[in-house]
Amino acid sequence: MTKKAKRDTTLTVLLIIGMIVFLQVANTTFDSYEKQVLSLMAIYGIMAVSLNLVNGITGIFSLGHAGFILLGAYTSALLTIPSEQKIAMFIIQPPSPLIANLHADFLTATIMGGLVAAFGAFIIGFPVLRLSGDYLAIASLGFSEVLRIFALNLQSVTNGSLGLKGIPNYTNVWWSWGWLVVTVIFVVSLVKSSYGRALLAIRDNSIAAEAMGINVFKHTLLSFVISAFFAGVSGALYAHWLTTIDPRITTFGPTLTYYVLIMVVLGGLGSITGSVVGAILFAFLMEWLRIFEQPFTLFGRSFPAIQGMRMLVLSVLFVVTMIVWKRGIFGRSELTWDGIINFFKKFGKKADERGVSK
Amino acid sequence: MTQENERNGKNGKPDKPDKKERNIVLKMDHITMQFGGLTAVDDFDNAVYEGEILGIIGPNGAGKTTAFNVITGIYYPTKGRVIFDGIDITPYRPHQVTHLGIARTFQNIRLFANLTVLDNVLVAQHHLLSGNDADALLKKNGKEKKVRGHLWFWRAVTKIGYNKKEREMKEEAMRILKKLELDNLAYEKASSLPYGQQRKLEIARALATEPKLLLLDEPAAGMNPKESEELLQFIKYIRDEFKLTIVLIEHDMKVVMGVCERIIVMDSGKIIAEGTPEEISKNPKVIEAYLGKEWEYAGA
Repeated sequence: MTKKAKRDTTLTVLLIIGMIVFLQVANTTFDSYEKQVLSLMAIYGIMAVSLNLVNGITGIFSLGHAGFILLGAYTSALLTIPSEQKIAMFIIQPPSPLIANLHADFLTATIMGGLVAAFGAFIIGFPVLRLSGDYLAIASLGFSEVLRIFALNLQSVTNGSLGLKGIPNYTNVWWSWGWLVVTVIFVVSLVKSSYGRALLAIRDNSIAAEAMGINVFKHTLLSFVISAFFAGVSGALYAHWLTTIDPRITTFGPTLTYYVLIMVVLGGLGSITGSVVGAILFAFLMEWLRIFEQPFTLFGRSFPAIQGMRMLVLSVLFVVTMIVWKRGIFGRSELTWDGIINFFKKFGKKADERGVSK
Repeated sequence: MTQENERNGKNGKPDKPDKKERNIVLKMDHITMQFGGLTAVDDFDNAVYEGEILGIIGPNGAGKTTAFNVITGIYYPTKGRVIFDGIDITPYRPHQVTHLGIARTFQNIRLFANLTVLDNVLVAQHHLLSGNDADALLKKNGKEKKVRGHLWFWRAVTKIGYNKKEREMKEEAMRILKKLELDNLAYEKASSLPYGQQRKLEIARALATEPKLLLLDEPAAGMNPKESEELLQFIKYIRDEFKLTIVLIEHDMKVVMGVCERIIVMDSGKIIAEGTPEEISKNPKVIEAYLGKEWEYAGA
């Protein structure tokens, strides 16, 4: 290992240790609301990183993410809710025996959620990935809506429009941030391998990639399935964070996909660290901007409380962000230790120069 | 025949046996490619012999690139078959054709613009570890299996026993880049290279797929005479260095005359002439296709 690689590994390990310490402190000192927001940041992070693998790195514009999140959410919730509770909850139609009797612990349920979503991606990938560009986007969007309608109407499996209530509140900062670390490590090591290069090649020029012996369909399917797995995992965490899921358009509709897309584009399409930063920023702003929904006074004028005001402020902020950074905050490049160190060196130099001139 | 021997003697090369005795690498068996009412390639019937440099020339729209696209599996011909190394490759997809040993470059450069020069070459080696269809295809056609890549996916993700492979691939890529004098640009972004170097990189990338047959689609397009001259030497060099058979499409008559041992002339989808450069340059049909019936005026 070179000196630089050693330094980077050390710094990464230190970062993870620092994160663990921070989460431990947060877990004991933060109130439950702040802890919820902290978990949500990581859940959004997993969603964004997994969408980025398909949209940013492989370069296929999929809008079906909410569908995979839904699959993961329902699968895991049905596995962790106790049997008696399920039987009591399904009042439109009794649950099918398989659904009523299956039970699993949270980790197994999360992984199962991921696997079911991955399987869904595998099945839907065959027709959808034959398309390209806008057509693929519309087909995948349609697929996620179809899944939502299924959830609405398969009453013996999903409890229809009543949704699933009383899902055990298992998701805490450890689970969510732990899975985020797993996701990032998996995706980064994939991208930094020959397979990742193949995916980037497909993004740059799929005809040339095919001529260079890359089975384009197999590789796009691979990235689609991996992306869906982590989307399913994030769905499982999301379900156990919300504790109530239903097939309404506001929960797992296209809006959720667009939120994730905003995080990815904000961070930089193709940049994994960018996706994480975008997700954290998005989750933070969505909560912090609630101050605009309370009555406030600006320049001596008092404004009444307006519902949804934060979304207006948020969109203005995003427009400004995208004007300043045209390709998102990080563009296509990653936030590397080299980059950080150089930034601080430059910053230090500038500060020194200023000190001298004074 | 005597003419060919003469030519070989003139170029200072050892005499080669008559082309009929040489192994056929690629056979194009009466290929016809129609797009609706348009016949882009009409009854293309010819063969490529081992170790030769074959030129395909013809005016715009003669069907040269279409012929390439049929060979590499991008198009499925309306009629006819493509036989490579004794295997009927007509139904195979472009990546499978590459796995079997045909590599190509494109008329309009198609590099992976956002990747580095080194990564561009490494991408071409990916099929050697990600599962190569060559085994299955050879077996299906009753040929001997050549054990090549198998699925490295989990090793690539977990990095167990992978770093050594990655290092080997990098060494191989650097070896190819060094031979093509691109090694000092290995970490530059492909799109930042000057035009001539981009053309060279495309060839380097094709060579990294370990081909037996290399198809070059207008390699000299957009080059000045000096660059074309260098390209000539370069094409001969890679043929000898990598033990290849090369087919090249070209507009620039000078390039074709200087490097090709045999030339096929196409016009409106048909082969109108075939022969050595000398024969071709004197063929009235070729002159007519390229220049119109200028000789009439010359006579007047």
